[in-house]
Amino acid sequence: MTEAVITARQFDDAQQQRSASDLGIWVFLASEVLFFGALFAAYAFTRFRYPDAFAAASRLTDVALGSVNTGVLLTSSLTMALGVRAAKLGARRALIGWLAATAALGLVFLAIKGGEYYLDYTQHLVPGLNFQYAGPDSRQVELFFYLYFFTTGVHALHLIVGIGIVCTVAAMAWRGVFSPDYFTPVEVGGLYWHLVDIVWIFLYPLLYLVSRA
Amino acid sequence: MLNFPLFPERASALAARVDSVFFVWLALAGAVALSVAVLIVVFAIRFRRGSPADRNRESGPARRQKDRRMEIAWTLTPLAIFFTMFAWAASLYYDHAAPPGDAMEIYVVGKQWMWTLQHASGRREINELHVPLGRPVKLVMTSQDVIHDFSLPVFRIKQDVLPGRYTTLWFTADRQGDYHLFCSQYCGTDHSRMVGRVVVMAPAAFAEWLAGGSGSPTMAAQGAALFRQYGCSGCHGANASVRAPKLEGLFGRPVQLADGSSVIADERYIHDSVMLPAKEIVAGYAPIMPSFQGQIGEDELQDIIEYVKSLRAAAPGATR
Amino acid sequence: MSAAAGTPRETYLNAGFTLWSWLSSVDHKRIAILYAISITGFFFIGGAAATLIRLELLTPAGDLVSADTYNKLFTMHGVIMVWFFLIPSIPSTLGNFLVPLMIGARDLAFPRLNLASWYLYVLGGLFTVAALVAGGVDTGWTFYTPFSTMFSNTHVIAAAAGVFVVGFSSILTGLNFIVTIHKMRAPGLTWFRLPLFVWTMYATSIIFVLATPVLAMTLFLISIERFFGVGIFDPALGGDPLLFQHLFWFYSHPAVYVMILPAMGVASEIITCFARNRVFAYRSMAYAVLAIAIIGFLVWGHHMFVSGQSIYAGTVFSILSFLVAVPSAIKVFNWTATLYKGSISFDAPMLYALGFVGLFTIGGMTGLFLASLALDVHMHDTYFVIAHFHYIMVGGAVMAFLGGIHFWWPKITGRLYSDGWARFAAILIFFGFNLTFFPQFILGYLGMPRRYHEYPPEFQVLNVLSSAGASILAVGYLLPLCYLFWSLRRGAPAGPNPWHAKGLEWRTPSPPPTHNFASIPVVTEGPYAYATPEAAGD
Repeated sequence: MTEAVITARQFDDAQQQRSASDLGIWVFLASEVLFFGALFAAYAFTRFRYPDAFAAASRLTDVALGSVNTGVLLTSSLTMALGVRAAKLGARRALIGWLAATAALGLVFLAIKGGEYYLDYTQHLVPGLNFQYAGPDSRQVELFFYLYFFTTGVHALHLIVGIGIVCTVAAMAWRGVFSPDYFTPVEVGGLYWHLVDIVWIFLYPLLYLVSRA
Repeated sequence: MLNFPLFPERASALAARVDSVFFVWLALAGAVALSVAVLIVVFAIRFRRGSPADRNRESGPARRQKDRRMEIAWTLTPLAIFFTMFAWAASLYYDHAAPPGDAMEIYVVGKQWMWTLQHASGRREINELHVPLGRPVKLVMTSQDVIHDFSLPVFRIKQDVLPGRYTTLWFTADRQGDYHLFCSQYCGTDHSRMVGRVVVMAPAAFAEWLAGGSGSPTMAAQGAALFRQYGCSGCHGANASVRAPKLEGLFGRPVQLADGSSVIADERYIHDSVMLPAKEIVAGYAPIMPSFQGQIGEDELQDIIEYVKSLRAAAPGATR
Repeated sequence: MSAAAGTPRETYLNAGFTLWSWLSSVDHKRIAILYAISITGFFFIGGAAATLIRLELLTPAGDLVSADTYNKLFTMHGVIMVWFFLIPSIPSTLGNFLVPLMIGARDLAFPRLNLASWYLYVLGGLFTVAALVAGGVDTGWTFYTPFSTMFSNTHVIAAAAGVFVVGFSSILTGLNFIVTIHKMRAPGLTWFRLPLFVWTMYATSIIFVLATPVLAMTLFLISIERFFGVGIFDPALGGDPLLFQHLFWFYSHPAVYVMILPAMGVASEIITCFARNRVFAYRSMAYAVLAIAIIGFLVWGHHMFVSGQSIYAGTVFSILSFLVAVPSAIKVFNWTATLYKGSISFDAPMLYALGFVGLFTIGGMTGLFLASLALDVHMHDTYFVIAHFHYIMVGGAVMAFLGGIHFWWPKITGRLYSDGWARFAAILIFFGFNLTFFPQFILGYLGMPRRYHEYPPEFQVLNVLSSAGASILAVGYLLPLCYLFWSLRRGAPAGPNPWHAKGLEWRTPSPPPTHNFASIPVVTEGPYAYATPEAAGD
């Protein structure tokens, strides 16, 4: 049994509301792409100037942890997508379960990232705090780590927001707000989550795999 | 007091050519602005509400075709004018991009909030640039701190000076006199006091001026002293125990780098080799040169560059 | 449409009188008023800074304020005028108010997001005012590195934070407009029946969404670099200060199109109405708007011809800068042609709109001087540039903004203002503006650099003329404040359509009810369907 979808007063009907939310999130994602794009441009420019230094610096990142994290985030996108599917089918418990899994995997990512940051700190690789590097090109290696912390930090901020969104949507699901006719917040949250994942897909090779063919 | 300038003096051939571009633009822009203004006024009067003007508008395909033709005309005409002006101004810009090979070099360092200049002969100046009439002058410039801009309106030229980089500016003065030198990139508190003058002198007077001063040694000689003082000769000298690229005959020639590319050994290359040695490693050498960032000042580095340039004439195989 | 005796009609203005009803309203019309009040406040703060600047420049010596204070004044003038006045002015006030009305919608797509945008604007403004009160910023509105990251001793991070936050206000406004215009047009309102004002809101919104994030990231980068003392713009580490300039101008050039495109939209609405004529070549006008927005993303390097950028890059940016002028030229010619065989009246909005066309033409053409490589070398960072952009931003955008305020005032407030005073103010502003800024073209070619606290004595007369003009301009700007506010109390009630204009916004009462339309109109004709002038009552 489906309940009537509540349509906000500015919209003609539920379909217009849904269509507007769809376009809205895509426009927002476009702005996020430009936001991260500026960072990627700065990275690309600096790396182009100092390819050797970046290669050497990249070898100092923990590729094992980075790879695990990539797997974690990819899996979380899978659970998110399965959550959207559950919403479409009206499977409330499954939806809540998948959303919880997504949030949990996001937290795992953050925990591992935090661990990596700690390891970097102990290895004196944090610019502005305790950066020391004995090899050649130390200043350019410092530039690499500046970009590493900056980009992964901004990404982590977005991930935290994403976890918040997923939890909020899960709470809405718990209250029975969604039905096969209305699950827009799930879709919108899902698209945001996938963006955060895609940004990481680009960050991972640029930061961890520079010299590891 | 009421005798104030409306147009700047000019003291180079380039200035005259830049002014020509300006005047043509002035005529074009004036003509367009005037036409638009006149049309607006004429239409405003002729078609003011209640006026007896004929307002029968034709309609139909003939009218639309006429309208399209007008639109195409006033699209293509500006386009044509724009590209002509672009080409003219660009060609002037390109013509002036590279200084002639025999230009006299003067080194400039901009710092908050003054300009220091050094002639190759060793004569130094602050906020003043003495140059001879009729001879191309090339300024090799850098900044000690923030971005400044060396601006000489009388020659219609300016160039930003950047920390950690060399930029160049050149001109040939064709009129004697004292003219303004401004800093034209905001650089902090006394940006508007970072001004001075460029003094164009007859060649004889300039030679006399150059010979005067406190009798400091040439930049190259000072550079040689610094070369020893900072220990450069320890690796780059003839009897060095460490294997380092030889500097004799280096300046102005291509250098093969470790990553396969090649670069010309110009002022920038020497500067970066001293300050950021990791940036360009010479092929076949280990990246062991330390950086002198923070130890060698920009003025001193310019002396060292002059010294390296002076090694240009050294015969291959000569020992020191 | 008169109200029944004794029963006031429900409008968006009387639907709640408490402060909280205004501060929590998601009605696009109320939010537009909130913005209008805020931007007016910031305009006068920025104007106060300008007043002090022009007073200082009356004499060659730096004798009114210290050098540091002067540097802080022009920085705050730029930061406030660009981000807290010009950029939000037309989109967030007139755009917010009119876009739903013009397309026959009940509100924007996301009304709560709209209110959030205003709060973000206010928060950003608070950060910036805090920076001002705490002692100011002296980097120039352009925040060039390494001065801003490693040398300035002022509150750079606070100011950057303020601009960062207000940027998100723009992004969300842009998002709202794009979705609204795509999804909520009234039945029969196809894209090519939209008023040109809506087209310009759409194009402006695209720039908001795509350019502003780059600025946000760039400000974030310089803040972190400044805070930690290490970063990618630091040449000592091998970083590049020019990278900052590329990132900064990648946003800031499209930002100037954000400032002018809405003004062009307003001009199209006013000129068609007061010439009682269709706009000449509507589709070209619409395409020109899109072309300006798109090509505007490709020209940022023309701010960097003498920065140390390669001459080949300079060449490409120069060509593209010439190209972007073509659609603007087309618009100027089309506005002029719209007057042909019209029936023209000279109410205050029309005076502002015609003044806009003339001053924008001059400003735009001087941009071509600056796009010419060899000429720009001489004119870069001189008063010629200042004159150029003030002709466009003040002679252009601000005049169009005032024209729009005067045009839609009856709709927004339900009141008419004194046309005599309004025309007088328009003419005073036009003359004051030209006296202020035309001498600056001459000063610029003479070589007088920007951001100079002191200057050589031979530049004084032109500076005095400019300051004299500024005093006239100041009076001109204060006048509307007076007679418009007076009209709120004593102005005659405006009917739904005092100008007999076309456009859906004129089909509702003045002021409109909260829900805009009793029933959503169905559109059956294109915009500017002005009948022949001989038709009575039109």
